[in-house]
Amino acid sequence: MTVQEDYQPVFSGTVMEELQTVLGRYPTKQAALLPTLWIAQREHGWISDRIMAEVAEVLGLTPAYVKGVVTFYTMYHQHPVGKNFVQVCTTSPCNICGAEDVLKALLAQTGAGDAGATSPDGKWTIVEVECLGACGFATPILVNDDFVENVTPDKVADIVKKYR
Amino acid sequence: MGFPHKSHPKETVVLSQYFGDADARTLKGWTKRGGYEALAQALKMDPVAVTDVVKESGLRGRGGAGFPTGLKWSFMPKEKKRPHYLCVNADESEPGTFKDREIMRWTPHALLEGTAIAAHAIRAEVAYIYIRGEFTEPWTIMERALAEANAAGVFGTIKIHLHRGAGAYICGEETALMNSIEGKRGNPRIKPPFPAAAGLFGLPTTINNVETLAAVPHIIKRGAAWYKGMCLSNPKSTGTKLFSVCGHVQRPGNYEVTMGFPLKDLLYDMCGGPPAGRTLKACIPGGSSVPILTREETEQTLLDYEGCVAAGSMLGSGGVIVFDDSADMVYQIMRLARFYAHESCAQCTQCREGTAWTTKIMERILAGQGKTTDLDLLLDLSENMTGKTICVLSDSCAAPIVSGIKKFRGEFEAYLAGKRQPVMVG
Repeated sequence: MTVQEDYQPVFSGTVMEELQTVLGRYPTKQAALLPTLWIAQREHGWISDRIMAEVAEVLGLTPAYVKGVVTFYTMYHQHPVGKNFVQVCTTSPCNICGAEDVLKALLAQTGAGDAGATSPDGKWTIVEVECLGACGFATPILVNDDFVENVTPDKVADIVKKYR
Repeated sequence: MGFPHKSHPKETVVLSQYFGDADARTLKGWTKRGGYEALAQALKMDPVAVTDVVKESGLRGRGGAGFPTGLKWSFMPKEKKRPHYLCVNADESEPGTFKDREIMRWTPHALLEGTAIAAHAIRAEVAYIYIRGEFTEPWTIMERALAEANAAGVFGTIKIHLHRGAGAYICGEETALMNSIEGKRGNPRIKPPFPAAAGLFGLPTTINNVETLAAVPHIIKRGAAWYKGMCLSNPKSTGTKLFSVCGHVQRPGNYEVTMGFPLKDLLYDMCGGPPAGRTLKACIPGGSSVPILTREETEQTLLDYEGCVAAGSMLGSGGVIVFDDSADMVYQIMRLARFYAHESCAQCTQCREGTAWTTKIMERILAGQGKTTDLDLLLDLSENMTGKTICVLSDSCAAPIVSGIKKFRGEFEAYLAGKRQPVMVG
């Protein structure tokens, strides 16, 4: 699948300064890979092949090595996602408290339809994830960087309204 | 219990004393509450003396393995020839566990103080706190607390850095975590060499869990004897422990009790038992990686390392998952298998293939397409997944399968005999 990508180099100006601070925390450049990818994703929205090549360049790694790391971790987006990226925990402890109904409500009310797909208006991508580490507050969801606890299907409408 | 609930009278409140108290998050607020006094005291002590106090207290690792903390510290080279590192495991991802999150959210300075004391004890100049990527709120709070403490020069020459994970349960395994900090895929390493010999960047490293380190300042300040005195059952399990209770209970949350506390009292008195009209069916006492207990076993379990083993399970991380009579154990065990299949790093064949096939077989049983030989096949697979791989993720997948089939065989057989409505798994 080819994706239309409006690519601008990420690492220049203040972002480059930020990277220098990050590099100062580690004895090797390679160790800064995860935080560098986080910065890149924040700036570009997702980790494209071009972004991987740029990250490889600034850290003195090969693009293939960077891709190997990116594909290991689930939180780096390897394709564009909606404006709101929602992670819903459906692992056992949340599952027995109704997490699958929360997921269904989110998929229906955002128009995303299927888990992992993006809604036609580009605003929502809903994914099912394993344990978010907040099992006593079932069901937790992560809307972009906002951690929302105790979500039930009847609270979904308000959440959708808030982030729309 | 943590915020927004008040502590229960049966709790022994040490680590959770300031849960829900936002003022304790600030350096000023923390110092006002006696914070960083233990660090000042420890920095005046010889590192060996600090380690000895922790050894004497009986503190054991709260991440799951229960290894004696002071002993672990003492494995670091006596003669320092190369840099030493401390890693703090804040990659809390074990289903059922949410205690470290609460510690970081409410008492970030408790973790930072414990980290600095441990770094002094093992003579490390740099400590990395590895926080799972999904913990956005704890990250922000930790970042703010660290900046405040650094500005005030609280840690002297010790440097503490935060490192954000990116969504991988396996990075909670100690050597996978080190690889992840090094900018690699989070594959566990073969041991030996153990981290104290060759850990982060190939240098002597100690790794401790958040809850373990949060307990250290209390031990330094109040003494080993005080900590050791908190024990209701086996003297090998001392101090307090946070138990994260979730699933089918009326009041889920974090509860702090003295080691050896009865699980029955935790679930019924403190958490209010299962919802009205339902009865307890099963319980996983130490996070999803430990064997499932029946109701009878649950009600006799004492919450310490030895008590959970005696009951046929393990204390693990203290993540207590409760199932009432409405839970479909076959479906929930399938969900756990799917969790491990998703989280396997895929290095070892037994784990990569074993977790995936276990999940597929569980799904076909649920769909009403299981074969009568499937339970034996699952047990055979589980046997080949136990004790044969680099890390214990594979064993962790086998634990709920083996204990589930043994203790809830009737539920599996009902699906196999077509006596239960098939569940199509998405």
